[in-house]
Amino acid sequence: MSAPAGIPPRSAAVPGGARAPAAAARPPPCQNGPVQNQMQFPFGYGLHLENYSASSGHYPPVPHEAVPSQLNNQYVADYHSACYSIPVQSVMTTSVGPSMLNTQQLYSGAPHPVESAGGLTQGAISSASHLHTSVPQSYSAVSSHYSSSTSSSVASQGFPLSSGRYAMPTVSSAVYPNLSYPSMSVGSPYGQVFTSQSLPAVGQFEETNTFPDQSSTVPRTLQQQVPLGYNSTSWSTSDFQSAQDNFSRNNTGSLAKASNQINTVGIVDSSHPVSQNVQFTKPGVETSVVSSAVTSSIRTPVGDHLTEPASVPSNTQPSESLLQEAIDSSSTTSSASPVINNYDALEGGGYPETNSAASSPAPTPQTSRTPKPFGYGYPTLQPGYQNATPSTSAMQPSNPGHHSGFQQYPQYPGVNQLSSTLGGLSLQHSQQPESLRPVNLTQDRNILPVSPVLAPVPNLNSDLRKLNCSPDSFRCTLTNIPQTQALLNKAKLPLGLLLHPFRDLTQLPVITSSTIVRCRSCRTYINPFVSFIDQRRWKCNLCYRVNDVPEEFMYNPLTRSYGEPHKRPEVQNSTVEFIASSDYMLRPPQPAVYLFVLDVSHNAVEAGYLTIVCQSLLENLDKLPGDSRTRIGFITFDSTVQFYNLQEGLSQPQMLIVSDIDDVFLPTPDSLLVNLHESKELIKDLLNALPTMFINTRETHSALGPALQAAFKLMSPTGGRISVFQSQLPSLGAGLLHSREDPNQRSSTKVVQHLGPATDFYKKLALDCSGQQTAVDLFLLSSQYSDLASLACMSKYSAGCIYYYPSFHHSHNPAQAEKLQKDLKRYLTRKIGFEAVMRIRCTKGLSIHTFHGNFFVRSTDLLSLANVNPDAGFAVQMSIEESLTDTSLVCFQTALLYTSSKGERRIRVHTLCLPVVTSLADVYAGADVQAAVCLLANMAVDRSVSSSLSDARDALVNAVVDSLSAYISTASNLQQSSLIAPNSLRLFPLYVLALLKQKAFRTGTSTRLDDRIYAMCQIKSQPLVHLMKMIHPSLYRIDRLTNEGAIHVNDRVVPQPPLQKLSAEKLTREGAFLMDCGSIFYIWIGKSCDNSFIKDVLGYPNYASVPQKLTQLPELDTLSSERARSFISWLRDSRPLNPVLQLIKDESPAKTDFFQHLVEDRTEAAFSYYEFLLHIQQQICK
Amino acid sequence: MAFTFAAFCYMLSLVLCAALIFFAIWHIIAFDELRTDFKSPIDQCNPVHARERLRNIERICFLLRKLVLPEYSIHSLFCIMFLCAQEWLTLGLNVPLVFYHFWRYFHCPADSSELAYDPPAVMNADTLSYCQKEAWCKLAFYLLSFFYYLYCMIYTLVSS
Repeated sequence: MSAPAGIPPRSAAVPGGARAPAAAARPPPCQNGPVQNQMQFPFGYGLHLENYSASSGHYPPVPHEAVPSQLNNQYVADYHSACYSIPVQSVMTTSVGPSMLNTQQLYSGAPHPVESAGGLTQGAISSASHLHTSVPQSYSAVSSHYSSSTSSSVASQGFPLSSGRYAMPTVSSAVYPNLSYPSMSVGSPYGQVFTSQSLPAVGQFEETNTFPDQSSTVPRTLQQQVPLGYNSTSWSTSDFQSAQDNFSRNNTGSLAKASNQINTVGIVDSSHPVSQNVQFTKPGVETSVVSSAVTSSIRTPVGDHLTEPASVPSNTQPSESLLQEAIDSSSTTSSASPVINNYDALEGGGYPETNSAASSPAPTPQTSRTPKPFGYGYPTLQPGYQNATPSTSAMQPSNPGHHSGFQQYPQYPGVNQLSSTLGGLSLQHSQQPESLRPVNLTQDRNILPVSPVLAPVPNLNSDLRKLNCSPDSFRCTLTNIPQTQALLNKAKLPLGLLLHPFRDLTQLPVITSSTIVRCRSCRTYINPFVSFIDQRRWKCNLCYRVNDVPEEFMYNPLTRSYGEPHKRPEVQNSTVEFIASSDYMLRPPQPAVYLFVLDVSHNAVEAGYLTIVCQSLLENLDKLPGDSRTRIGFITFDSTVQFYNLQEGLSQPQMLIVSDIDDVFLPTPDSLLVNLHESKELIKDLLNALPTMFINTRETHSALGPALQAAFKLMSPTGGRISVFQSQLPSLGAGLLHSREDPNQRSSTKVVQHLGPATDFYKKLALDCSGQQTAVDLFLLSSQYSDLASLACMSKYSAGCIYYYPSFHHSHNPAQAEKLQKDLKRYLTRKIGFEAVMRIRCTKGLSIHTFHGNFFVRSTDLLSLANVNPDAGFAVQMSIEESLTDTSLVCFQTALLYTSSKGERRIRVHTLCLPVVTSLADVYAGADVQAAVCLLANMAVDRSVSSSLSDARDALVNAVVDSLSAYISTASNLQQSSLIAPNSLRLFPLYVLALLKQKAFRTGTSTRLDDRIYAMCQIKSQPLVHLMKMIHPSLYRIDRLTNEGAIHVNDRVVPQPPLQKLSAEKLTREGAFLMDCGSIFYIWIGKSCDNSFIKDVLGYPNYASVPQKLTQLPELDTLSSERARSFISWLRDSRPLNPVLQLIKDESPAKTDFFQHLVEDRTEAAFSYYEFLLHIQQQICK
Repeated sequence: MAFTFAAFCYMLSLVLCAALIFFAIWHIIAFDELRTDFKSPIDQCNPVHARERLRNIERICFLLRKLVLPEYSIHSLFCIMFLCAQEWLTLGLNVPLVFYHFWRYFHCPADSSELAYDPPAVMNADTLSYCQKEAWCKLAFYLLSFFYYLYCMIYTLVSS
């Protein structure tokens, strides 16, 4: 632990001392990629080591183990800045530092920030201090703002002075917090120091500026300070205008650019505090009060902004314009989208974090207790991120300042890369002791972290600093990529990526440009991790080819400046969306076409799903994504196939029955799919009539195959989406299936058969559909076996999605009915991309070899997706083909080209950058256990279909055994007798055990074949966040919710109960527990549960009177009810599918549903967690 | 110089071996075709091309699947012939491959009628590279055995 094993040896090779700035500009020719950046600061790095270990010993690891390391890390960063008086670097580093500091402050949760902030406010007149005055609102907000402003003002103060002077304050102020915060109570000295420094600076700039308004004056001299100052004031248009005037008067070049920065940052920052109810209340400055977290309230300020920029481009004749757009992304993302789409917001570095902040389980989530990790379009921001962002905003704008202030420093060394690499180095370094800390699994009984966020993602070290892709969209199982395949083999960990490329993003820069800059040889899109060799050339980070920067790219319409290609939004954001030019399409983009294929046999009518489907459709007809060309059609089938002529002009819908199911044909090819807007009345009539139309049917057969063939014929001219609702085994015509399940084999421990399809029909059909850009989505609502293994093929290979509602009945099973209703709402209104292709590229030397998900692989790196939806996840396995010796960073880029529902061709690009390591310890330190488990689950599904279930189970166990034994053998000093895992992998055995008990892989427990197959389908197609909930649900005790540690979301207090271990030992009869399984919430109530809870929350007088089936909590006007409801709705808000609630009483038969998820307990057929550990240990010793 | 059954076996296998060599070469070409999509990247993203490409893949897979049984049966035929001719050494050389073929044939995953070369599955890079390697190895094996049969044929013809 104390050994700083992770120091790259190369750093020692480079002599220390100040680096000539010129050297930073030009990369050594022999190196590839941004390596050179890492070499810049070896001296500080090495020096720092001693301090590092010393200090890490200092801090009690109690509150959160990650904290000390982060601290140190900062220390490193700051140290650099001290050592090297190169302003650019030091500014960058300082700002990196404090951002981490924030995290730590947050978690310590202590009052120091306030204290020191108070001290600071007195002295600091600078605009930064406005932020401090906002302190009282909430701690997290405060601390984040506080430190971010600290960093920026520190930088700015030093800035106008000599560089030597400059370095000093930076160090002192930045280092202070590191040391003082965790150790308590040194808050005020800090504030004083700060104040004394900031005063002269402020004075200075007040002299130089004559503008009365602070915020507008700031930009002139101290660019770095600008963003924050603006932050508080920028909302008012007049302010902005004046600032603009100033700029145009004084300067045109860099200052104008700076103004733009301000603008951006103002937006970004403001979007952050939003959730925290921060108020900017500094008198004398025009402020807009962002008092509520509701997104709509942000919009007003944004609106102001939007109006201004309209004039901006006209002044500056942009050669290309960034479209503020995201109509599309906003259309389905219920929450705040407009913020980014603001023209100006596109520029500026603070921005990508905003992105990730909006919805992500951070790399740092270990410490933040407040937010949920799964921010699916969740409007509030994670404090852990919040603090990151302001610091970035502080950092980014500093660039222009430097350029103008220090002309001698070249402009394009890729400053951000520099800092990032630096940050990465240090974090990577500091991360190790923690993530490598050996954990004795057999002795440490409470390895599960208390808060859900703690789910250990010892994730992306900040080498993937601010610019890196959000881990929600893009995650790698090893955040430190081993240099060679041999090293990877030694580590025995799977290497792969988990993707969620089409995720709902609240903020996404959309770029319109006539030329999309790509590498000429590998076609990589330009991204933040490329290096600019000089102003006219850039080096691809994937294939290392040197490319020219096109003329058009030299001009940045946002900053209205020329010659700064590295400031373009493409280079500032790792997730961007391009609007593709006509090069990317041969035929006009297809319209949105939706076809619904509905089962109306007796079985289906009896189950009563038609009412729900028609009702949902009626409600959401206007919300279907699409434009004026949107088309819609309906087919129903029992033993015949019925078509509906909805041609405009008819008085009522016309049903056309085709009974020749052996050779099905389209009765009137052109009037079956009709324009949604033209025929809306007819469609509504049909939807109203459909549920009753078949009420007396006696037809029990189901001709699904022919109906699908008809649907395919109908869709093939355009492509689109077919939604199939099926309620039983298809029994007629092509594609008929027979029951293959033997109920006696359900709990067999030996062989589980029939996991593969029984017929090729559905697969062939899916491939045909895929070729015609049509996806088939399957809703299976059956009470009996319906051979999902075969039926699922229709969705698997056409990039559709699968929903399964076992024993669906509208009245007997209200929970399922409710689930269908909610799923449909999401399904119908969510974003959709048509005729999509996805390509994943990676740095030369790595190769992708297996894909998991619903798609068709069209060429070895190109996935064909007829439709892409925001809930689809993908996984890929990778191998290292050539050793990565000549690079220190590897990058992965996913490009998803699709046609939006508005008929635009768009490309969404995500880029992820990871460090390469050479030692085994580093590989373990960077292991992302959740990603690894999800990848293993995907591989296990493949294995169970291609080989057998028991093989797959063995492989899962072996994965744990191998990796842990490999780890133990590397750490020779450990005693061999106990089961030791690195901290990063401490949950590995638990998760694998959970997987083994998951419906997909369990044996010995009665599992219906369809349930099993459905679980497998979900594993293959769910994004990581959902999959983890499915594998390892979260358990909370909810009968004693308190406000301790609660967070505030949208004016509501959301209590944060600690996460419980999934074991019956945590359940008590006196309690009530909530289990969050992703798609369903169980509330289990113990026999002797407190009557006051039952009365206050459930609304029943005592336990006995609580009904068996309860699917929602009543709205009672009591505190505990309010807490429980706000907690549950907070959990719900974080995911796209509205999970249903199911109340389970202790003696109810449904309690097995609940108890099966208690994976740490022993069942007749499976190990308990402890037994499993012993089993692993045995295997290792063997 | 006598025309024994063994000599006949070798002559026949010589001819059939040429066919197998052809199959192997065809496999290599097919996998190469599957692996490389010659269209420019922009074309690849074009839906019209997508359809062509998909048809192409399906066609290739269909042909590949058609060739599986002939290849395996021809090779099994060799072994039976050599068994009858009591050419133990030659038989011994061929037996491993026969077992491999049996394994490949009966180890197919799905309940369905499909053997290997399922269009969605075969496009995975590791499957593809495995198949390609297999094809190269078989080509080498068949080529060597071709000359071996030639030698053996002449040898049996001359010696007896």
